[in-house]
Amino acid sequence: MKAEPVAHHETTVQTRPRGSRWSDYVKYRHMYLLVIPGFLYFAVFKLVPMWGLLLAFKDYHPVAGFVGSPWVGWKHFTDLFTDDHFYVMLRNTLLINIFALVFFFPLPIFLAVMLNEIRHEAFKRLNQSLVYMPHFLSWVVIASLTFFMLSVDVGLVNKFIRGMGLEPYSFLNDTRLFWGMLTVQSIWKDAGWGTIIFLAAIAGVNPERYEAAVVDGANRFRQIWHVTLPAIRPTIVILLILRLGNMTDVNFEQVLLMMNPLVRSVADVFDTYVYNNGILRGMYSVGVAVGFFKGIVGLALVMASNRVVKRMGHEGIY
Amino acid sequence: MSFVHQKKLTLFDIANYTMMTVISFMCVFPFLYVLSVSLTDRSVYVPYAFKLIPDKFSLESYAYILSSNSFLNALKSTVFITIVGTILNLIFTFTMAYGLTEKRLPHRNWIYGTVVFSLVFSAGIIPNFLLVKELGLMNSYWALIIPSLTNAWSLIVVKSFMDSLPHEVIESAKIDGCTDIRVFLKIVIPLSMPAIAAFTLFFAVAHWNTYFNALMFLTDSKKWTLQVLVKSLVLDNSAITAGMESSIGDSSPPSETVRSASVFLAILPILFVYPFLQKHFAKGVMLGSIKG
Repeated sequence: MKAEPVAHHETTVQTRPRGSRWSDYVKYRHMYLLVIPGFLYFAVFKLVPMWGLLLAFKDYHPVAGFVGSPWVGWKHFTDLFTDDHFYVMLRNTLLINIFALVFFFPLPIFLAVMLNEIRHEAFKRLNQSLVYMPHFLSWVVIASLTFFMLSVDVGLVNKFIRGMGLEPYSFLNDTRLFWGMLTVQSIWKDAGWGTIIFLAAIAGVNPERYEAAVVDGANRFRQIWHVTLPAIRPTIVILLILRLGNMTDVNFEQVLLMMNPLVRSVADVFDTYVYNNGILRGMYSVGVAVGFFKGIVGLALVMASNRVVKRMGHEGIY
Repeated sequence: MSFVHQKKLTLFDIANYTMMTVISFMCVFPFLYVLSVSLTDRSVYVPYAFKLIPDKFSLESYAYILSSNSFLNALKSTVFITIVGTILNLIFTFTMAYGLTEKRLPHRNWIYGTVVFSLVFSAGIIPNFLLVKELGLMNSYWALIIPSLTNAWSLIVVKSFMDSLPHEVIESAKIDGCTDIRVFLKIVIPLSMPAIAAFTLFFAVAHWNTYFNALMFLTDSKKWTLQVLVKSLVLDNSAITAGMESSIGDSSPPSETVRSASVFLAILPILFVYPFLQKHFAKGVMLGSIKG
C-alpha cells in the first residue's frame, strides 16, 4: 500500500530520465532471476490460498465447486460463537499457553544461568549437547517416548507400579493430567534449546563486571543477581512479550498426537478441530471459518506484541 | 576461559554440577530406555516386567523391521523427500535471500513484505489443503516438497546473514563487470558456507520429522512416510496391520521390542547428523536472533 506514494516521490524528486524503471529492470535482470523462483513460491502457496478464505462465507460442496457453492454470509461465524464447543477450544488453547508461560518460560532462563556458571568448558559443552538434543526430535518420536514411559501396556512407570503389586494407571487418558503432560513434553523438548538466546546475551557481558563484583565481595548468587540477570533482562522482556503474541498457537502436531477420545474435552484446540471436521469429515467451510478466526486473532496479537517490543526500542520480529 | 581465576570447587559448583548432570541424564534417559527395550532378546522378554537393561541382547527386532516392506518403503520415501526437499529448500532460500539484499531492486519492498506477511498470517489448514488437491499433488511425495520450498523465517535469517557479508568485495566484483548471478555463485555462496551448513541440517531435520503434512497429503497407507508409520506402529499398536503380514506368528519378535526399534530407527539419522548440527546450529540460530 505504501509503494505507490514512494514510487511517485522518487520519480518527481530525483528527476530521473524517462524509462528509468525499465533500465532498472534491465540492470537488475539477474537479480530478478534469483528472486523470481522464490517469489512465485510465495505467490502460489502463500497468497493464492487467501482466496480460500472466502469459503468461510460459503457453504462449500466439492460437487458444486468454489464458484457454484452458495454464499451464506456470516453464518459459520455466528454458528461458531454460539457453539459451546468453541468456548471449550478457546479455554484449552489459553490454558495450554498459560501452563507454558508459567512452567516452561522461566526454565530456559534458569538453565542458561546455571550453564553459564559451569567453569569447566568441556563439561559445559557436554551438557549443552545433551540438553539441546531433544529439540531435533519429531513430535511423533516424543509422543512415542512418552508412550514408552506412561502408557498402560508398555509404559515404564506402569511397569514399575505393577512391580510394586499395584494396579497400572492410564496416565494418558486422564483429563486432569493432560495439560501438565503437554507442558512436560514441551519442557523436555525445548527448554534446553531455549537457553541459546540467553547464553548469547550472557556471552556479551564484559568479564570485568564479574571481576568488579568479586572485588566488591559478591558471592556467586549475588554475581548472578547483579551481573548476569540484568544482562539478559531485555531478552527476557522481549521474549515474554513475543510469547504473549503467540497465545493462540499451540504445538498442533503435539496435541494431535496426544489426543484421544477420552481426553478430547481438554485437548481439542482450533487446529485439531479444523483437521477432524474440515479435512476428515469434509466440512470445509466450517474449518475455514475456524482457521480464519484463529488467524485474525493471532495476527492482531502478534502485531500488538511486535509494536510493544518496537516501542521499547528493540528489534521486533518484522 | 573463566577457570583461570578460580579452580577450586565450591559448594555452589558441586550443587550446580550435580543438578546439570541430572538434567542432562533426564534428556537422554527416554531414548536410552527405548534403545534398551529394542535390543531385548525374545527369550528374556517378559511383558509388563520392569527391566532397564535386558539380560540378553539381540538385533532381531531391527532385522525384523528392516525386512518388512512397509518399513523399507517408508524409509526410502522419507530419504527421498529429505534429500530432494533439502536441496530445493537451499536453492529457493539462498537465491531469493540474495536477491532481497539488493535494496535498490524495484518492487523489492512489497516482495519482502509478502514474505514477512506470510510469517504472521496464513490462510490456514484447509485453503492450503485444497490448493495441494487442486494442483493434483495428493498422494504424491511432491506434496511434502513443493508446498514448503522455502519459508519466511529461513529467508529472513539468510538475508540478514548475507547483509552482514563484506560489502566491498561484492561491490568491487560488480564494478569489475561481474553479473549479479556470477557474484552470487562465485562470491556470496562461498562466503555463506556456514549458513548453508546450518540450513542444510535445519531443512533436512524438518523434512525428516514432518508428520502432519504427510498425514494429510498421503492418504494411501502404502505411501506413508517414516513418521506416519512409526506413529501408527507405536501409538496405535498396528504393527501387524501395517503391512507386515509376511511374518505373523511365532517368527515375529515381541511387538514391544519391534515398536521400540521403529522409534529408535526414526531417531538414528538425527543422532548421526547431531554432531554436525551442534557445530553449526548455534550460528544459524544466532543469525536469526530471537526468531527461532
